[in-house]
Amino acid sequence: MSAVEKTVPETAPTKATTEEVTRQAERYAVPLVDIYEEEDKLVVLADLPGVKKDGLSIQVEQGILTLDGRVQRDTPGRVLVREFTLTPFFRQFRITEAIDADKIRASLKNGVLRLELPKAEEAKPRKIPVET
Amino acid sequence: MVVWDPFRELERLRQEMDRIFEGVLPSRGWALEFMPGVSARRYPRVNVAEQNDQFIVEALAPGVDPETLDVTVKDNLVTLSGEKKAPGGVKPEAFHRNERAAGRFVRTVELPADVDAGNVKAVYSDGILQVVLPKAEEAKPRKISIEVG
Repeated sequence: MSAVEKTVPETAPTKATTEEVTRQAERYAVPLVDIYEEEDKLVVLADLPGVKKDGLSIQVEQGILTLDGRVQRDTPGRVLVREFTLTPFFRQFRITEAIDADKIRASLKNGVLRLELPKAEEAKPRKIPVET
Repeated sequence: MVVWDPFRELERLRQEMDRIFEGVLPSRGWALEFMPGVSARRYPRVNVAEQNDQFIVEALAPGVDPETLDVTVKDNLVTLSGEKKAPGGVKPEAFHRNERAAGRFVRTVELPADVDAGNVKAVYSDGILQVVLPKAEEAKPRKISIEVG
């Protein structure tokens, strides 16, 4: 089984149906990610263009990794051609592998978040010597 | 002599399709994602704006090695190119997700007027490339004083 699974609300968090549509100012974008496994850790790379360090929140709680990025900028001036709009980013993953939460490292560079999630001791591959 | 080239025919057909859909799509930025033919060839996505006597081109290009970024300007054309590298040394079977596209890109954007190529400034920050291009002298609006006779 894969160590990373989709959790239910992978797109926008559901909003109360009673909420006024006009008040629904925020739309969320799902950041594209690469997730790969190294021997002793999981690495998550997420494209978060326009997000600065203070606009980013990362949480790991009960096996769910949450990425939430806020964007504070827009193209200045009178826009003649618009192909993108920067919206807040939101995405969640379920991580089934045991992670050593204290040793998680995150860095943000060129609009890409790199998260290193070290595997907990018991989840690391162990070499078992075979006796003859 | 004209040699029939199926690839050229396909390209022509695709351009034709792009042209048809371009007018139909309600808001381009959004809908492009669902049109593989259109979106696939338009990387990075750009916004073009006008502010005072300059144009501002912003390209959404996270994770591009700044060393590979290149901006060239001629008349009213600005060409952006660069390379987004894939994570190195990862075996295909080690990936749980591999959604981020990688590779070289080149895109040329046409501006409504000529720009002063000598005074173009480009900044890459937070994965967004911003190019500020002052309009060429002859493209700037000019105030003509009217003599009353």
